[in-house]
Amino acid sequence: MDLYLPIANLSVNALVIVALGLGVGLLSGMFGVGGGFLTTPLLIFYGIPPTVAAASSASQVTGASVSGVFAHFRRGGVDVHMGLVLVAGGVIGSVVGAGLFRLLQASGVIDTVIAVLYVVMLGSIGGLMLHESVTAVRVGRGAVPPRPRKRRHHPLVAMLPLRWRFYRSGLYISPLAPLLLGLVTGILTVLLGIGGGFILVPAMLYLLGMGTQVVVGTSLFQILFVTAVATMVHATTTKAVDIVLAALLLLGSVAGAQLGARLAQKAKPEYLRLVLAVMVLCVAARMLLGLAWRPDEIFSVELL
Amino acid sequence: MKRAAAALLMLCAPLLMGQAKPVLVPDVSQRDIEIAYSFTGAELLLFGAILYPRGRAPDPEDGPVDIVVVVKGPTQAILVREKAKVAGIWLNAESMRYRSAPSFYAIASSRPVRQIVDERTRAIFELGVDSLQLSPASGAIPEVQQRFDRGLVDLRTRSGLYYEAPGAVEITGGVLYRARLAIPARVPVGRFTAETFLIQNGRVLAAAVRPIDIRKSGFERFVASSARDYSVTYGLVAVALSVLFGWGAGALWRRF
Repeated sequence: MDLYLPIANLSVNALVIVALGLGVGLLSGMFGVGGGFLTTPLLIFYGIPPTVAAASSASQVTGASVSGVFAHFRRGGVDVHMGLVLVAGGVIGSVVGAGLFRLLQASGVIDTVIAVLYVVMLGSIGGLMLHESVTAVRVGRGAVPPRPRKRRHHPLVAMLPLRWRFYRSGLYISPLAPLLLGLVTGILTVLLGIGGGFILVPAMLYLLGMGTQVVVGTSLFQILFVTAVATMVHATTTKAVDIVLAALLLLGSVAGAQLGARLAQKAKPEYLRLVLAVMVLCVAARMLLGLAWRPDEIFSVELL
Repeated sequence: MKRAAAALLMLCAPLLMGQAKPVLVPDVSQRDIEIAYSFTGAELLLFGAILYPRGRAPDPEDGPVDIVVVVKGPTQAILVREKAKVAGIWLNAESMRYRSAPSFYAIASSRPVRQIVDERTRAIFELGVDSLQLSPASGAIPEVQQRFDRGLVDLRTRSGLYYEAPGAVEITGGVLYRARLAIPARVPVGRFTAETFLIQNGRVLAAAVRPIDIRKSGFERFVASSARDYSVTYGLVAVALSVLFGWGAGALWRRF
């Protein structure tokens, strides 16, 4: 079933895109991540121009996180106060990201920067997750659990001035810390078309020391708003949001996300994290190979 | 002004010389190609007649008569980048600017075009993918220039945007000709031209041009123009769409 994409200016097999969305949605429902880190590279691999891929997959992440946010709201798992600070940072970050995007695009290294960022980010997060989940699996099998960490949040966070109370998260810290965190994820959202959930969640847990019961809901809250802003930023600056492509991705991913959430209830969380860690590392390894190996295309054309 | 005068002269040339030269009457199967949701490319039939002076075809012993058909897309200003290995990773290093490279180029001929005309004629009339006038904007040394030209042509040849179809033109009875050329889905919209050349003994005896317009239609045109002209509304619609999809799927799912 061929369908012409009016912004990407090419025709794709609609079923392939829906299936791609379904697969990514399944994973995002199972692991609680947006799945943008898989969508963008897969779309580029399918032949969609990188800018269109990054711009359109941001809206897919919005769709995937909506139902999650509602579910967490009902259970009281969203710290709106903290979330709004993160969103504020994210909005500033996406505007900064848009400027960076244009700068890098003009100098011709945007593709390389995207790939390097993916490798560094996915590699380090994937490594951390692998380590953490392997430990958890071994504890589950009767190994001695490691000593719990003493400090609540990172000393750098404690050093920042101006403290606010975040009741839901059980924190009394400077709002500058979540603002900066939101800023970083905002930049990454615009550059890479990802939600940034798997940076936010570990950072909220280990850097800010937030209570575990509000971490996922609050991160989804931030992702929802920041990806929406990123879509707006792309629509007004790069004009690369392909609404047909986004609709196809959404169709698959929202269904997949619901299915994945059901599957996840049947599996042990530490095993899920282990699988996710391996998957993230695989994507990072593939990206690294792409950087180091001689590419298929030495030349590329850019319209002026 | 000078060019217009020259063109007028060329047009009138057959008349002035008492119909001494043959005239081409070309046509195409589709003058307007509309890109709709199911567009996967188009196939053009280019056909026409050769009108010889006093209705007499030339003696076959004078040399074979050939027809060459060239379809060109609108020209684009482009920047071609070349990747190189820097500190272990491949990244874009050198680049070259072209003021007006054709976005699409297809050539069909009754025989391989290199057997029909010499290199000079090919360069003048841009016959063949290696004879394109790419008009580079930045002054570079010729070797680098050629490397980029080859890179661009190779890239576009493999994506189906530039190609040669030797033997694709069929000449019937020495007076009618036809050729089929495929237009891929990746072409940009705009005004295309179909040029037809009548060639004998390496000389172009007659030439004629027909325009072909390719444009997006209906929903596709609406989406493309609103993304360009009403980008804020377009972005809001995209966001609303994704929120609606996500919320709808969640609400629907809880029912079951």
